[in-house]
Amino acid sequence: MSASSAFNDEKGGSSSVGEPEYGHDPASGGIFSSDYKRHDDLKEMLDSNKDSLKLEAMKRIVAMIARGKNASDLFPAVVKNVACKNIEVKKLVYVYLVRYAEEQQDLALLSISTFQRGLKDPNQLIRASALRVLSSIRVTIIVPIMMLAIKEAASDMSPYVRKTAAHAIPKLYSLDPEQKDQLIEVIEKLLADKTTLVAGSVVMAFEEVCPERIDLIHKNYRKLCNLLIDVEEWGQVVIINMLTRYARTQFLNPNINESLLEEGGGGEKTFYGSDEEEDEDEEEKEKKAEAAVMAKRKPYVMDPDHRLLLRNTKPLLQSRNAAVVMAVAQLYFHLAPKAEVGVIAKALVRLLRSHSEVQYVVLQNVATMTIKRRGMFEPYLKSFYIRSTDPTQIKVLKLEVLTNLANETNISTILREFQTYIKSMDKDFVAATIQAIGRCATNIGEVRDTCLNGLVQLLSNRDELVVAESVVVIKKLLQMQPEKHSDIIKHMAKLTDNIQVPMARASILWLIGEYCEHVPKIAPDVLRKMAKSFTNEEDIVKLQIINLAAKLYLTNSKQTKLLTQYVLNLAKYDQNYDIRDRARFIRQLIVPTEKSGALSKYAKKLFLALKPAPVLESPFKDRDHFQLGSLSHLLNAKAGGYQELPDWPEAAPDPLRAQRGGEGVCACSGNSNIQRHRGPLGSPGAPKDGGEQGLLLPQSSSDSASGSESASGSEESGSGSESEESEEGSESEEEEEEEEEEKDKKKKKKEIKKPAIAPSSALKNYELLHRITGEGLSVEYCFSRQPFSPDGNMVAVQMQFTNNATSDTKNLHMEDVKLQSGMRVKEFPEIELLPAGETATAVMGIDFCDSTQAANFQLCTHTRKFFVSIQPPVGELMRPVFLTENEFKKEQGQLMGMNEITERLTLDVKCRNEHAIVQRVTTAANLSRVPCGSDKECRFAGKTVTSGSLVLVTVATKEEGAAQLTVNCEKMVIGTMLVKDILLALTQ
Amino acid sequence: MIHSLFLINHTGDIFLEKHWKSVISRSVCDYFFEAKEKAVDPENVPPVLQTPHHYLITIYRGKLFFLSVIQTEVPPLFVIEFLHRVADTFQDYFGECSEVIIKDNVVTVYELLEEMLDNGFPLATESNVLKEMIRPPTILRSVVNTLTGSSNVGDTLPTGQLSNIPWRRAGVKYTNNEAYFDVIEEIDAILDKSGTTVFAEIQGVIEACVRLTGMPDLTLSFMNPRLLDDVSFHPCVRFKRWESERVLSFIPPDGNFTLMTYHVSSQNLVAIPVYVKQNISFFETGNCGRLDITIGPKQTMGKTVEGLMVTVHMPKAVLSTNLTASQGNYTYDLATKVLVWDVGKLNPQKLPNLRGSLSMQAGAPKPEENPSLNIDLKIQQLAISGLKVSRLDMYGEKYKPFKGVKYVTKAGKFQVRT
Repeated sequence: MSASSAFNDEKGGSSSVGEPEYGHDPASGGIFSSDYKRHDDLKEMLDSNKDSLKLEAMKRIVAMIARGKNASDLFPAVVKNVACKNIEVKKLVYVYLVRYAEEQQDLALLSISTFQRGLKDPNQLIRASALRVLSSIRVTIIVPIMMLAIKEAASDMSPYVRKTAAHAIPKLYSLDPEQKDQLIEVIEKLLADKTTLVAGSVVMAFEEVCPERIDLIHKNYRKLCNLLIDVEEWGQVVIINMLTRYARTQFLNPNINESLLEEGGGGEKTFYGSDEEEDEDEEEKEKKAEAAVMAKRKPYVMDPDHRLLLRNTKPLLQSRNAAVVMAVAQLYFHLAPKAEVGVIAKALVRLLRSHSEVQYVVLQNVATMTIKRRGMFEPYLKSFYIRSTDPTQIKVLKLEVLTNLANETNISTILREFQTYIKSMDKDFVAATIQAIGRCATNIGEVRDTCLNGLVQLLSNRDELVVAESVVVIKKLLQMQPEKHSDIIKHMAKLTDNIQVPMARASILWLIGEYCEHVPKIAPDVLRKMAKSFTNEEDIVKLQIINLAAKLYLTNSKQTKLLTQYVLNLAKYDQNYDIRDRARFIRQLIVPTEKSGALSKYAKKLFLALKPAPVLESPFKDRDHFQLGSLSHLLNAKAGGYQELPDWPEAAPDPLRAQRGGEGVCACSGNSNIQRHRGPLGSPGAPKDGGEQGLLLPQSSSDSASGSESASGSEESGSGSESEESEEGSESEEEEEEEEEEKDKKKKKKEIKKPAIAPSSALKNYELLHRITGEGLSVEYCFSRQPFSPDGNMVAVQMQFTNNATSDTKNLHMEDVKLQSGMRVKEFPEIELLPAGETATAVMGIDFCDSTQAANFQLCTHTRKFFVSIQPPVGELMRPVFLTENEFKKEQGQLMGMNEITERLTLDVKCRNEHAIVQRVTTAANLSRVPCGSDKECRFAGKTVTSGSLVLVTVATKEEGAAQLTVNCEKMVIGTMLVKDILLALTQ
Repeated sequence: MIHSLFLINHTGDIFLEKHWKSVISRSVCDYFFEAKEKAVDPENVPPVLQTPHHYLITIYRGKLFFLSVIQTEVPPLFVIEFLHRVADTFQDYFGECSEVIIKDNVVTVYELLEEMLDNGFPLATESNVLKEMIRPPTILRSVVNTLTGSSNVGDTLPTGQLSNIPWRRAGVKYTNNEAYFDVIEEIDAILDKSGTTVFAEIQGVIEACVRLTGMPDLTLSFMNPRLLDDVSFHPCVRFKRWESERVLSFIPPDGNFTLMTYHVSSQNLVAIPVYVKQNISFFETGNCGRLDITIGPKQTMGKTVEGLMVTVHMPKAVLSTNLTASQGNYTYDLATKVLVWDVGKLNPQKLPNLRGSLSMQAGAPKPEENPSLNIDLKIQQLAISGLKVSRLDMYGEKYKPFKGVKYVTKAGKFQVRT
């Protein structure tokens, strides 16, 4: 028993005080008065002088909170004890305060001064906990106090306090998003911190507050890579996920050349049997050809920084923490050259030994990976074998993986394995296995007959669910080559006497109707039986009976005319609306009367058209749009706050642009360079040589703090010696790195900083102010297509100022903005100084209200004013959205009629392949591509920036360069303009 | 990140809640209860659920559900791993992780949760660090605390928190310095009806118990490190040394911890220590069946197999069993339909056998499938893969520690299909 019972024993008499918390639950007592009284003695205890009584009272209050009971009326009594000397009482008071401060804001303010005092305490533990509690109190009034405290703590000499400051940042941000800009400054400062303790926490803050400010990472990139192995596990996960996104914007796709080689190998291709898949292959080939051209132009060399990331994360695959392993695995999957991705398979398979929840998540990710990189997991096939003791959800996922891994060589083993699964007691699992067999059969032509025979055998299974599932799958398989299998159809026809599961009955009837010409004798007989039992059937079965009757009537009217009439008559008086409706419709269509028009002539064509075989594909197809390991990937839907994994840039970030990126302050870029290179040496706790310290102008404060740290604080004496030891182990490695860095340094001198915004070559620059009219100042702008962080409804406009004059330009800012009603502008921050010959960039946001009206304003320098205007092309008024094929179709279906604009065109000669079309359309408009099963169509989707109306674009190509462009958009004006723009882009 | 945590017992009562940000009403758990209802088996509740405004990530440990509420994107494994770490910590502190224990120690639990997460982001999860801040409850201490009014909350910052070896606290002192290592290997296998191996692999783990004074630096080396195919380490192990020299070099945490887990490369044929002859059949008529299981030693490397146990999940239709065991005893749980045969030590001269009849529910059709057998066993003083520790060296401290290594082989997920 805990302290309370012991307390009870000691004090003997005062039983009401020392009762264990759960003995008397005040709320379950039910009588309000006793409840009231109880709180009264709690108050008394809190007011007493004895710490032990206070502690006892606080313990009982915390127990109440834990059970979700309301203890808010004790607030005044509790808050008095915030300055209590006893540390446990104090901690429990903090727990209480954090829980109820939001509800009792005024009273909570009473405690603030205690924390403010705590922030100045010489003990780092007290400073940290004061900041922690202060920042956890969600009271808006104290936002300025919090801001101040965070800023101060960010340059505290104790890394633990700095870590706490990093934790406080997202708390303040969620309380008051207005503070974003100031918080970003703190984040920037803390990102430069060199201790492992801070690194994880600050990156977490970065991810929550300003994940779009990739530019802040540039100068810390190498340091983060090098610290990674020593950061605590949770920080590692956050850092790795962030670096994955970063790398996608900064480095080139390492697999450009790989895809070339692969084409020569052709190993992948033989796997696919069906026509559908072959089409896709061709499409892929085209892409590869395209890539090959690019590759020839520019042989791929991996950026050393890219290599650094891969090398430094790899050891973490050996972590005991499943989340870290998964983070590294997704990093490799998204960033590594194909040949190196294999290493993650072993680690992921290892995680399958862990708790079932971990298995569940890992298997979901493995399932997605196996679709793209099957070879990787093939050696571990047996690790996915299913045990009868696995939970059903794990079984089904393993089955999915096994199905994805199936190919000609291992299919026989897999099918043998499946055979044992079919005998399982878990019927849901058996059904899933049958589906899986069906998928193997469609994918691998060789075993189609074997599978089909196996499934037919299952038709005599005792369990009806098994039979029903088999029927459904057989139906799908038969559709692929019906002529060969009339005996199976006959066999199934016999089953109608026994099977009761409606779905299965319906499937059989459909099959017989569809292929009635293969079973001319049996079909009418089945219809006869069905007509007899019509009234007792389920609705879906009835519909199929009508269907069967109609088809037979058309092919074999002599035998079935009367039967059909009978069925239709029964259906006419059915209770179900759908069935009556269908019957009426079919009667009109197939039975020629005077009234029935031209349509009945085509009845046969309508009913007996050749139907395409269904495609059985994995539900995990296309899931890798989402960053693996993320919640969004698991749910296959975008979760709130999900950061899209960007596509590889088409060209490496251009060094000249890079120089201008970020804050555009040239003076400190030299420093940041050094900072990047210092990274690996700056291991925590190790003394820094003073010479370098002087160079670090902007970081000087935090640096001196960490410098003095090693001298101060006896509490750190332990860490010093250890860090040395751990360094010993990695010495050789570091030397290597240093050498490498020497080389980099030369290269990096040219490209001082990476660009703020990933430039895509597609961006078009417009001129805002010409050099001559601007008297030496020239301004260009482009629509950067990045989300504009201060206001999501604005379009980001990136401006680039170049001072071509001989004198400096000062105080560049904008003034006198003239706008149409509804439009808004977020001005760029004033550029104080632009020295002669230099260039600076700035980003402004404009809300164009979904119109192409121009924003007019004055650009002012310290001497002159220029009238300028920005008019957006319609394609920039939208932002891409990701839709799946089905969503696209659904949305398109809702935007028909007036909202649809279609235009025929002849494609430009150079623009007759898919790649070119995609490129041109995405250049013309900020849209994202939607996956599409057919290679004749390209689909794109976007949303207008202000109102969020969907914009859907389809380009369907035909022979000889003819094509049809369809735009669906609720905003007709935008639609019309967009059609014009895209038309122009595709024809010229 | 993690917004709130609810602890829910087997019957669906929420008995503890903790919020790290604004309070979220416990009614959010209703979505979970709905899913739980649907899943029937608690193991089948999806670990991740989507609700209109939140995401629920749940783990099931020791008949308790740990349900966390998430509002924005976060890697699901991050949360799952953390929740398991919470459960591990409770286990570590209180000896077990059950509803009664948690309710009894609710204040300590709350203090722990407070330290483990800050604003939903893990702060201190290392057990050594936590134990310095919040001392685990012992009977002696609670008596002393109530007498003296002192508390079980530490008032100094744990040194581990600041060093870059957070797993070890400074100033550890022992009179007996000792370091023990248990090499535990588990055989995961699936055998088919005829006894051939469908799939088999060996998973190993080295559990350590180190009580050494000061700041020792240990190096553990193996006779045959090449056997180890895939390894994962406690953060204390220097990965570079392993890469280059295949030795484990580390500054150990204080007390019990898992040093490494490993997987033995699948090229090596896995020795299967026992064979199972079984015959389970159900008759078409008469509502009965027959069961006959015999177990014998196969490749035991001359050691005795102990703790042998056979578990069978019978089909739902099996009502009762009438069996005789030549050795050990058996139980059949009517509610869960689980047959457990506790054999004990395997005697190669007289093979244990269990046989008899099964009676079935009248009128129920003959079960299609035969249940598979799960085997549990233990072999002392043997690592089935042949892994051997060659030596343990200590640097950085002067005294001579007492060292010991123990080997055990167990059955992991060892299943015989019938």
